[in-house]
Amino acid sequence: MDLKTTYLGLELQHPLMPGASPMVLDFDRLRRLEDAGAAAVVMNSLFEEQIIGEEVATYHTMEMHEGASGEASSYLPEPPDFQLGPDEYLEHVRKVKAAVKVPVIGSLNGTTRGGWLEYARLIQEAGADALELNVYELQTDFNESGERVEDRAIDVIRAIKQAVTIPVSVKLSPFYSSLSNFARQLDHTGVDGLVLFNRFYQPDINVEELEVERTLHLSNSSELPLRLRWLAILSGRVRPSLAVSGGVHTPLDVVKSIMAGAHAVQVVSALLQRGPEYIRVLRGELARFLEEHEYESLKQMRGNMDLMACPDPKAYERANYMHLLQSWKF
Amino acid sequence: MPERRLVTLDGNEAAASVAFRTSEVIAIYPITPSSPMGEFSDDWAAHGEKNVWGVVPDVVEMQSEAGAAGAVHGALQAGSLTTTFTASQGLLLMIPNMYKIAGELTSYCMHVAARTVATHALSIFGDHSDVMACRQIGFAMVASGCAQEAHDFAAISTAATLRSRIPFLHFFDGFRTSSEVVKIEELTDDDLRTMVPEDLVRAHRSRALTPDKPVLRGTAQNPDVFFQAREACNGYYTACPPIVQEEMDRFAKLTGRSYHLFDYFGDPEAEKVIILMGSGAQAAEETVNYLTARGEKVGILKVRLYRPFDMKAFVAALPKTVKSIAILDRTKEPGAIGDPLYLDVVTALREMKDLGNWPFLNEPRLLAGRYGLSSKEFTPSMVKAVFDELGKENPKNHFTVGIMDDVTHTSLAYDPTWDIEPDDVRRGLFYGLGADGTVGANKNSIKIIGEETSNYAQGYFVYDSKKSGATTVSHLRFGPKPILSTYLISRANFVACHQFEFVNKFDMLDAAVPGAVFLLNSPYDKNEVWDELPREMQEQILEKKLKFYVIDAIKVARDTGMGGRINTIMQTCFFAISGVLPREEAISQIKYSIDKTYGKKGAEVARRNKEAVDRTLENLFEVEVPAAVTSTRQRPPIVSDEAPDFVKKVTALMLAGKGDLLPVSAFPPDGTWDTATTKWEKRNIALEIPVWDPKICIQCNKCALVCPHAAIRAKVYDPKHLEGAPATFKSMPYKAPEYKGWNYTIQTAPEDCTGCNLCVMVCPAKDKSNPRHKAIDMAEQRPIRESERENYTFFLDLPEVDRTTAKVGDVKGSQFLEPLFEYSGACSGCGETPYVKLMTQLFGDRSLIANATGCSSIYGGNLPTTPYSTNKEGRGPAWNNSLFEDNAEFGLGYRLGLNSHARYAEFLLRGVASEVGESLVSEMLGADQSGEAGIAAQRARVAILKEKLLSSANPQAKNLLAVADYLVKKNVWIVGGDGWAYDIGYGGLDHVISLDRDVNILVLDTEVYSNTGGQQSKATPIGAAAKFASAGKAIAKKDLGLMAMSYGNVYVARIAFGAKDAQTVKAFIEAESYPGPSLIIAYSHCIAHGYDMAYGAEQQKLAVNSGIWPLFRFDPRRVAKGEPPLQLDSGQPTASVAQYMRGETRFRMVEKQDPERFKMLQAAARKSAFQRVAVYQQLSALTVPKSAPEETKAETVAAAGSEE
Repeated sequence: MDLKTTYLGLELQHPLMPGASPMVLDFDRLRRLEDAGAAAVVMNSLFEEQIIGEEVATYHTMEMHEGASGEASSYLPEPPDFQLGPDEYLEHVRKVKAAVKVPVIGSLNGTTRGGWLEYARLIQEAGADALELNVYELQTDFNESGERVEDRAIDVIRAIKQAVTIPVSVKLSPFYSSLSNFARQLDHTGVDGLVLFNRFYQPDINVEELEVERTLHLSNSSELPLRLRWLAILSGRVRPSLAVSGGVHTPLDVVKSIMAGAHAVQVVSALLQRGPEYIRVLRGELARFLEEHEYESLKQMRGNMDLMACPDPKAYERANYMHLLQSWKF
Repeated sequence: MPERRLVTLDGNEAAASVAFRTSEVIAIYPITPSSPMGEFSDDWAAHGEKNVWGVVPDVVEMQSEAGAAGAVHGALQAGSLTTTFTASQGLLLMIPNMYKIAGELTSYCMHVAARTVATHALSIFGDHSDVMACRQIGFAMVASGCAQEAHDFAAISTAATLRSRIPFLHFFDGFRTSSEVVKIEELTDDDLRTMVPEDLVRAHRSRALTPDKPVLRGTAQNPDVFFQAREACNGYYTACPPIVQEEMDRFAKLTGRSYHLFDYFGDPEAEKVIILMGSGAQAAEETVNYLTARGEKVGILKVRLYRPFDMKAFVAALPKTVKSIAILDRTKEPGAIGDPLYLDVVTALREMKDLGNWPFLNEPRLLAGRYGLSSKEFTPSMVKAVFDELGKENPKNHFTVGIMDDVTHTSLAYDPTWDIEPDDVRRGLFYGLGADGTVGANKNSIKIIGEETSNYAQGYFVYDSKKSGATTVSHLRFGPKPILSTYLISRANFVACHQFEFVNKFDMLDAAVPGAVFLLNSPYDKNEVWDELPREMQEQILEKKLKFYVIDAIKVARDTGMGGRINTIMQTCFFAISGVLPREEAISQIKYSIDKTYGKKGAEVARRNKEAVDRTLENLFEVEVPAAVTSTRQRPPIVSDEAPDFVKKVTALMLAGKGDLLPVSAFPPDGTWDTATTKWEKRNIALEIPVWDPKICIQCNKCALVCPHAAIRAKVYDPKHLEGAPATFKSMPYKAPEYKGWNYTIQTAPEDCTGCNLCVMVCPAKDKSNPRHKAIDMAEQRPIRESERENYTFFLDLPEVDRTTAKVGDVKGSQFLEPLFEYSGACSGCGETPYVKLMTQLFGDRSLIANATGCSSIYGGNLPTTPYSTNKEGRGPAWNNSLFEDNAEFGLGYRLGLNSHARYAEFLLRGVASEVGESLVSEMLGADQSGEAGIAAQRARVAILKEKLLSSANPQAKNLLAVADYLVKKNVWIVGGDGWAYDIGYGGLDHVISLDRDVNILVLDTEVYSNTGGQQSKATPIGAAAKFASAGKAIAKKDLGLMAMSYGNVYVARIAFGAKDAQTVKAFIEAESYPGPSLIIAYSHCIAHGYDMAYGAEQQKLAVNSGIWPLFRFDPRRVAKGEPPLQLDSGQPTASVAQYMRGETRFRMVEKQDPERFKMLQAAARKSAFQRVAVYQQLSALTVPKSAPEETKAETVAAAGSEE
């Protein structure tokens, strides 16, 4: 079965790939992913906030005590290879690139315009074949309008597109007032792909200790419908290729995602739970589904259930909810 | 040949640069002030830098200087070019091996930053008492007086040792030369290759021990031959001085810098000459230059090669016209006819005269003088005083200079205002805090000026002895000519005060010359600042017509994300105002060096620093000085009027930085000082302090337990004592049943708190409707300083709990006991001092403490003020620091002494039984002193006994009175860090625990040598970066606890107060009660771990929960009860090792360097943690038979048979 797909301009043997996660930090797991046939590898994210935080904290930790005592000019060594900043990440990109044959997609979460641009350039230099921009900004400033948040993102993404030559995708959150409009604006920046959607640490409350705890649960298939809806809405309406991320666990989840319009399917939680080899299972089952349902190729199926092609487009829209309520009335 | 670079560096780096490049093996052990030489070497080796023959030297840290000397001796015997660096006690530990190395005529050059040997007190500062203790060994001794000489003589000595086969001890003055930053010309590798030719290196190698050409050394010789064989080396010593001179001549040809065995400076027809060596000779030369230019017939002779002492060269170097000579020693040999250089000179002149080698026109009069002990200032005015003395008809001999000796009247008077520094030297004084980066910024300024202009530059840095809130004073000179002024600046053109608080503490403008610039970091702007200054300061500004500038550097730092680091900001101000460099050029240089320094530490850090530079200029203002003094406020007194006389007269002067003015009579002659003096030093270093909210408090006392400075305390008391309480004093009913009806207070010592935040972090009580608010929150200190000071005074006067009824065995109860260790100078958030404080709360009123040298001896016993204190009865810990290496043995000695007193007292007591009462005696001899009640009862009996003895006519009554107090149980605490317990003192510790004596050993385990700057010890855990293990330690931490357990008779506990405070308290109580040796190994978080110490307790929890630091108690007493002696107090690892390691720079640094290797080390750490926990778990299930089974018949027969 022809499972070929084109994502970010990259010709892939099939749409399945591990999504951005620390899975790729472990070379053993990385090799197992490749052996299991992953079509590409998405790196864990480089978080500018973390890099800056560590730089500043280390600076204060080390420097606060330097030159304060007649007996010790410092309290920690300064080895030649000790370098703060993004080098650790970039070095890992280099190593991953050298270790696998499939395309390597870098991932970046910036906080400052300068950081976005600089790190994007560095990830390209480190050898990434494409770059996923993990755009996520939690606005707690009551004076900041949604429009300004969007404008800022568009501005940075446009600048990055001009700064790098590798394909660029944008990983979105679902929390935009008009995601369709924002997607169109992104389309105009020239980005090559959109990833729906990112998942982040969420707060939880420890009721005994009265503390807020950060949690990150593994996803499950119940998270997929939100993504299916937006894939379906955007499919065919925007130029960038589309990837689904979050909630893909079963072979049918993969099928649904493709039908809704995904060019690529990113899987993380299922691989963490079942091991890297599960990607082979998903691929096999996808092929089997296509054969059993007599599709000629993946391309034939892709988008067949998007907003433009599906028999009942209203089902993707708000009316969906209304219909159900109405149906209960009777 | 490549051009020589002009570089700015200190004497340590200058010497190490040559030593490193001409060595193959470097075996070291850290000791102030020589540690940087080893650290530079380790750092260069880590960077792959090579010696001049193309190989990276092998740099090895040993367990002690004795160990380093042994390794050096071995490497030399194996034919390697070997060196070491050391000082003071470290040098003394090397002496046995040095005898061997010299006796075997071994080419070897070691480098010593000469430092005071501990006598009545330890001192980290410089003099020649250590090197002079080596003059009899048979080493050649070469003295350098400045960094350039340290660089040059390192090369000359290395060349000379290879030629002469006499080993060389090259030394320079600790601190004044070792740490003074100056501009020097650096020798190239080609220079060194020229100086150290390969044929000599090959000759050295050819003398190696090798099985290919076996020989034997280290024989034991008998009376028949030893003497003759010992004399066989004489020719080598005779040949040595000419060889050194030849090498000096060769060096002069190479570099243009000419040296001689004895270098004379001054009038060729001088009548008065001073002879000395080391850095003092620089100041003396400067003075001679000044005086001879004014026609005075004076000169100085610098001794370069002190051993072998070349009498002919010496006599030849002196002017024939000399009439009187002062020989100055920087060491003291009490009881000797004179100090060593003096004796040598007297002998040399006499012998030369006897031999007819007498060029002098007169018989010079010889005076011995002593100067500069422990880096005491040696200034031109002192040099002049010596010349003046030489001109007197009846001069003092065996004088001292630089102090006022009003007891034996040895000192020479001098005029401290006599100043000879030329006007073309710019002089700046910078007062800062250790934590604000002033020293680093000034070192950088010197580099910029020294390397970017044709100016010569000099920087010297004075630190106080505190580890938190340490004050630093930087002395910077710049000028067109080489700077010989090896003394502090007393007349400054530029005075900078980097901390506003200092205007109330120090008389900084005393040193300002008329028209000088005064730069003040002030929270008050240019219009407000004048009125905030004390009256004295306003007067000085007006009188001296100072140009006065202000900047709110804290604001600029805050606005640019720099936290409290104002170094770059103040440095920018200095360049902007001082005009040393054109402003634009200076700023671009600062930015360049920011990129260079912080480039690797992160672009963000560099960016913020550069932004701070730009913002500085917008915020720097000149103050329009009003025409008249407006302030009515004078600088507050240094100590309270309530302080004891001694504190007011002596300590207060030391606190004010004027200790140099104190005369000899002010001091105890035997180094004995009163304790409990930190309470008179109100440092006010915390910007924020904890504030208690009784409404929320659950009265757990955890805040008091974790406080490193005893600056937050808990008390329970009868509410009747609240009468007269200040209006803002807080109190609440006590909740637990034991003090029913009483009140409870948590109180902060506002002026002693260091603001570390540990108490707030451990406070478990949160406001239910606003959990951000805890029972303790941090609040700005300044607005509540006055009221809280009053509250704290009232709090201290509340009665202490009755120790006989207090529940001392738990965390809460222990914290109602009065701490007898308070307000030490330890780091803010120190992880060691909570243990020390707890120890004094539980047992301090009857403790003798033996303290190994290290952090705990510095915050425990460094003047001006010391933290061990006394209770209302006047009891408290008695404390001494013997050495680094002998602390366990020293403490054992306490125990032997205590026991001998007790035995004698018991013997005498029995003898007076009929007189003082049989029942009293039998009660005393059989007293149960296992608890506080028993101790109190015994003290009461001793009081009765003394009363009776006072009126007794029994001849033994006086003897018994003198030792009766020893009938009350005393305890011995042997305290030190891991460097002592795991490394240098391990042999002694091992021996002491192998005995059955009742001593308690507390190991404050920071897992590195903290005091000397974070060098690895055997306690350093796997995966951690430390100096000498910068790539991450690959070997697991030594399990000292398990080793001690193997004896079976030792109580051993491993504790971490941040993880399980109840276990900590329990372990202390069990250890003290155990009648044999006890060992407590205490996890002590430390600034050398690289994170904010506020999280210290959190990290301790992670260390325990991840299995990295299992908690246990091993109590041999449990065997008799049929219980397993080991109790594991922490369970299976529940937290991740990775999470623990991720939080500390010492681990993260390794990961950043080489993630793959770190992964391996982290896995090894995890494995080792699991294995260790598993071993402890199995041991904790192991019961040991109480006794051996009865002998079998076969054994009985065998035993009987063996006798037949």
